[in-house]
Amino acid sequence: MSNRLKDCFAQLEKDGKKALIPFVTAGDSNKSITVPLMHRMVESGADIIELGIPFSDPMADGPTIQLACERALVHHTSVSDVIEMVKEFRQSNDETPIVLMGYLNPVEAFGYENFAKSAAEVGIDGLLTVDLPPEESDQMAGILAKYDIDPIFLLSPTTTPERIQRIVNAGSGYLYYVSLKGVTGSSILNVEEVSEKVAAIKTYTTLPVGVGFGIKDAESATAISAVSDGVIVGSAIVKIIENNVDDADTILEQIGALLKSMRIAMDA
Amino acid sequence: MSNVANPNLDNSTEESAVNNNSSNSEIKNDLMDHDLSNLDLSKVDWSKLPDENGHFGIYGGRFASETLIEAIQELDDAYKTLQSDPTFQEAIDNDLRHYVGRPSPLYHAERWSKELGGAQIYLKREDLNHTGAHKINNTIGQALLAKHMGKPRIIAETGAGQHGVASATIAARLGLECVVYMGEKDVERQKQNVYRMKLLGAEVRPVSSGSKTLKDALNEAMRDWVTNVDNTFYCIGTVAGPHPYPMMVRNFQAIIGREAKQQCLEQTGRLPDALVACVGGGSNAIGLFHEFLPDLDVKIYSVEPGGMGIETGEHAATLCTAKPGVLHGNRMYLMADDNGQVIEPYSISAGLDYPGVGPEHCLLIDMKRAKAVSVTDKESLQGFHDLCRIEGIIPALESAHALAYVKKLAPTMSKDQTIIVNLSGRGDKDLNTVAALEGISI
Repeated sequence: MSNRLKDCFAQLEKDGKKALIPFVTAGDSNKSITVPLMHRMVESGADIIELGIPFSDPMADGPTIQLACERALVHHTSVSDVIEMVKEFRQSNDETPIVLMGYLNPVEAFGYENFAKSAAEVGIDGLLTVDLPPEESDQMAGILAKYDIDPIFLLSPTTTPERIQRIVNAGSGYLYYVSLKGVTGSSILNVEEVSEKVAAIKTYTTLPVGVGFGIKDAESATAISAVSDGVIVGSAIVKIIENNVDDADTILEQIGALLKSMRIAMDA
Repeated sequence: MSNVANPNLDNSTEESAVNNNSSNSEIKNDLMDHDLSNLDLSKVDWSKLPDENGHFGIYGGRFASETLIEAIQELDDAYKTLQSDPTFQEAIDNDLRHYVGRPSPLYHAERWSKELGGAQIYLKREDLNHTGAHKINNTIGQALLAKHMGKPRIIAETGAGQHGVASATIAARLGLECVVYMGEKDVERQKQNVYRMKLLGAEVRPVSSGSKTLKDALNEAMRDWVTNVDNTFYCIGTVAGPHPYPMMVRNFQAIIGREAKQQCLEQTGRLPDALVACVGGGSNAIGLFHEFLPDLDVKIYSVEPGGMGIETGEHAATLCTAKPGVLHGNRMYLMADDNGQVIEPYSISAGLDYPGVGPEHCLLIDMKRAKAVSVTDKESLQGFHDLCRIEGIIPALESAHALAYVKKLAPTMSKDQTIIVNLSGRGDKDLNTVAALEGISI
């Protein structure tokens, strides 16, 4: 079984550090940039990578991620491409946990069993399906469990105590707390509110809680990591790709620099 | 870590898959086992569809992001409470009678029936409703619900603009703020309806993401909802979306079938032999069908837009051609490629131009209670012109699809048999489209 996520958080705790979790849409802005970018992220201080499965209709995401999906889909980046990318990444990195994140339909079209089996074979550690809440996930959960892939679930500011209980029971690996009401790429972030909510979630579970939505620089990363177990950075990274679509060197350089600045600030 | 959770999850899989609805135990929510082709329809408890979690077998459900779940639950709770509240029902009935003009007539199209030489054709005249289509039956219900829930702002998605107009209309009537999302392409194609919405005080927001049509308008409306959940009610226009929308919209539209059944009994002394309605998302169709579901002798035809012809790939005939998939909060037949990416459908009629179809329709097809058929753009245009010239009624291009199928079906039936077809809307909005095909610019 894959213990990468468990080991990763255990090590972070031992070192007194918080997880830095960058997100990138696989195949954005082309298929060949994704694996080098993943390696650069790790070199720049990433602890876990969330790799987005592109979808034509990313309803819970803002315009930045939607455009990333569109760029990736121009090249028809598919679930099997994403699995291939992780396979290639694993040839020189067997430690960094990889979580796939996306919407249910591409995974359902691939087939739950087929997906879980292939994902486990290449060393994928978790799956976050945005539009699959625990109430609908029984069949998926059974299959992911069979292949030791952690189902990662979202929690939001509006999640009731009753559902927090349900979600922490269903999830494993870590929990993803959505810091604000809105879509990805939104800007208003209230650290105090996040702090209270994360503390509340932690009374239900020993699972690590990562926080995403609205984290875009070293300052916000530091503030949020102080009150949680890790920060998830998505739109800020994707925006760099959007601004430098045809320039792989600049993309790698700028994303590397952003993550480094976050790492240094978070560890200080 | 994952193995800690295994035993519980495995148990719940079996329980919920096999036992989530004891009275309809053969209609399972199990992706590995959902063949219903040999189901005994006489044993179905139609009043228990969907089950309490919104499942029509494997279809429906609540496939929504966590950020939306509480808003959906709040709506579900409010709807459950008000459903059994006589004052709320009275308010809806009152508006339907005095504001919409219900009941809509059931009209015997004698001349057309005679010309086709088969079954007697009755038109359920939803085109005579205020705003010119069935859509307002639903928006009145949802807007009153929004008002009860203390939400001052409603949002809606629209394709052709009919649901947008119906939402803007009732928002004006109730003093609610109204924002309508509409794909940029549709804004361009349906200028008249865009202006109508503006006249009614609504703000129309063009959507430039994705394919710039109805499905993208729906995505954008969901994004608005998730950002403004505190003060906003999302008024979905069709029988799709996360539970309770497919059930709730059906219930608001079911008045079509209730009236039609009574009117048919009054006028012919018996139940109809067949029901025909066009299906895009499926709200007018389920509105007509629902009351008749237990009447197994009444045949049901769901007419889908065959566009340029199924074989060309340029169509929106979801029930006829697609596989189950998940989009917009529910599982349904979904037009998607092998990688699960949603395909942009095509139809001459913007109101049928949707890649999915309401979950209840999917179940009705799987269990063979309804039959899915398709007609092409060309056939539907012929149906459009026939009704204009033979009965003096200009139908919506959506409804013209149902008419085109009636034209095929009626001659195969005997003269003492009866077809009810849902004339879901009037064709004023389509005059530009039809005229353009004849090279006329108006």
